[in-house]
Amino acid sequence: MANSGVVISGIGQSAVGKRLDRTAMGLTVDAVKDALANAGLTRDDIDGVSCYPGARPDMPHFGPIGANQLIDALRLKVNWYSSGLEGGAQLAAIINGYAAIKAGLSRHVLCFRTVKEGSGGASWKDAARARTERSRVWGEYQWQLPFNAISAMQWLAPYAKRHFHLYGTRREHLGAIAVNGRRNALLNPKRMYDKPLSLDDYLAMPFLSSPFCLLDCDAPTDASTVIILSSAEAAADLACAPIHIDSIGSALTTRPSWDQVDTPRMAAFDAGKMLWDRTDYKPGDVDVAQLYDGFSFLTLTWLEALGFCGEGESGAFVEGGARIALEGELPLNTNGGQLSAGRTHGFGFVHEAVTQLRGVGGDRQVKRDVKLAVAAAGGGPMAGCLLLARH
Amino acid sequence: MSENYQRTLPVIDDENRAFWHGGADGRLHLMRCQDCGYWLHPPGPVCPECLSDGVTIETVSGEATVEALTVNYKVWGAGMQVPYVIAIVELAEQKGLRLTTNIVGIDPDAVTIGMPVRVVFEQDEDVWLPLFEPRPA
Repeated sequence: MANSGVVISGIGQSAVGKRLDRTAMGLTVDAVKDALANAGLTRDDIDGVSCYPGARPDMPHFGPIGANQLIDALRLKVNWYSSGLEGGAQLAAIINGYAAIKAGLSRHVLCFRTVKEGSGGASWKDAARARTERSRVWGEYQWQLPFNAISAMQWLAPYAKRHFHLYGTRREHLGAIAVNGRRNALLNPKRMYDKPLSLDDYLAMPFLSSPFCLLDCDAPTDASTVIILSSAEAAADLACAPIHIDSIGSALTTRPSWDQVDTPRMAAFDAGKMLWDRTDYKPGDVDVAQLYDGFSFLTLTWLEALGFCGEGESGAFVEGGARIALEGELPLNTNGGQLSAGRTHGFGFVHEAVTQLRGVGGDRQVKRDVKLAVAAAGGGPMAGCLLLARH
Repeated sequence: MSENYQRTLPVIDDENRAFWHGGADGRLHLMRCQDCGYWLHPPGPVCPECLSDGVTIETVSGEATVEALTVNYKVWGAGMQVPYVIAIVELAEQKGLRLTTNIVGIDPDAVTIGMPVRVVFEQDEDVWLPLFEPRPA
């Protein structure tokens, strides 16, 4: 199949949990050391750094660490580095790193995403709760916030409602994603919940913003995840199990807007189309799918956007949960996803895809020869996806 | 008694002033290309369809249709009254010309996709928020 010349040589992750007694930089260094060992590299080999979304002093739990801080903390010497929030959703950092290697700027790019949201929320939500002085909003969010549409939950819930309206999708279908995630998370030592979850438990939850309840929203966490990309040539000398980046979806052909689009469609459809346009593989070849579940409905969107089912058919596709279970035809979010294994924010899906491709998923390892995996992240106007292959 | 929750209002600038201040006369103001007739939102200096610089402010009918919605039950700050409806409405003037807004003047559970609505303004400081209420079809 397609050989892009870029591989994932190493993956690493810190502890994952609520209010961890470890700074954001501490978690990041933990994940870096884990990934370097996993790839068989030393820090002297790293000549590129890529981060999503970069340091965000305005949102310190969302973006606590950027590329500059990590480069300085570890005295890395790089040819190329980049941080940013605009791009193929959270995977933009990995897609940028891929491009840097393809361009010959770097041989080994360390890509990372660190979150401290298990210790506090996004700043404007904090401000909404404990505001003493009236603040104003500037820029793109002026079209949502004045209508008390404060959270991504409220921006996406109307998409889900419209999907329900057009296609007959039901709460049970969102619940199937939540229940599947919890079942898989209980087999994962890194998880946010220890209690089993039934569909009845899910349906008993009250709405926060219809049709979403708390169990449709991912679990904020403290964590850092690192993905090391290498040129295939450079990785050939390493004692690692390289995973090939077969194809990438980063396209944006719909408007980058939360409300000027034909809901319930999102940018995911653009990215999904691009991914399949650039490979000989077909959706039916995929052994495991790690599809963003920042909100349960986004997983349904990605199932359609990546062609695992027809547009509007994702509800029926997941109904009952058998098809997407570990032993099903398309094992989905095998580590529990962000709903139950924590909001590692896109990078966790790539980490899990590589884990499954290498066959080292422990109790949650899919019992088949996993050769092809897809990882996708983002919602609304943000979307990025990767097709990953073990040769 | 706690005070009512205060909305987060926009910073007013040269591009958005007509939209947020325009409701003072009871009408909704949007930008329109004088060359090709395209309505643009959010506002900008050039028509995104034909790239003409000839864009100016016009008023629209204020009639719209509910395209998508959610009923919010979560209290996001002290004094916030729930439930309330957040909707994406499509304005009558052009397919795809949409606003995020609140639907008011109706039981939140009674709002449906496809419901005809019309603009009604709520003044808050120097901002006229375009909200929507049901209208006869």
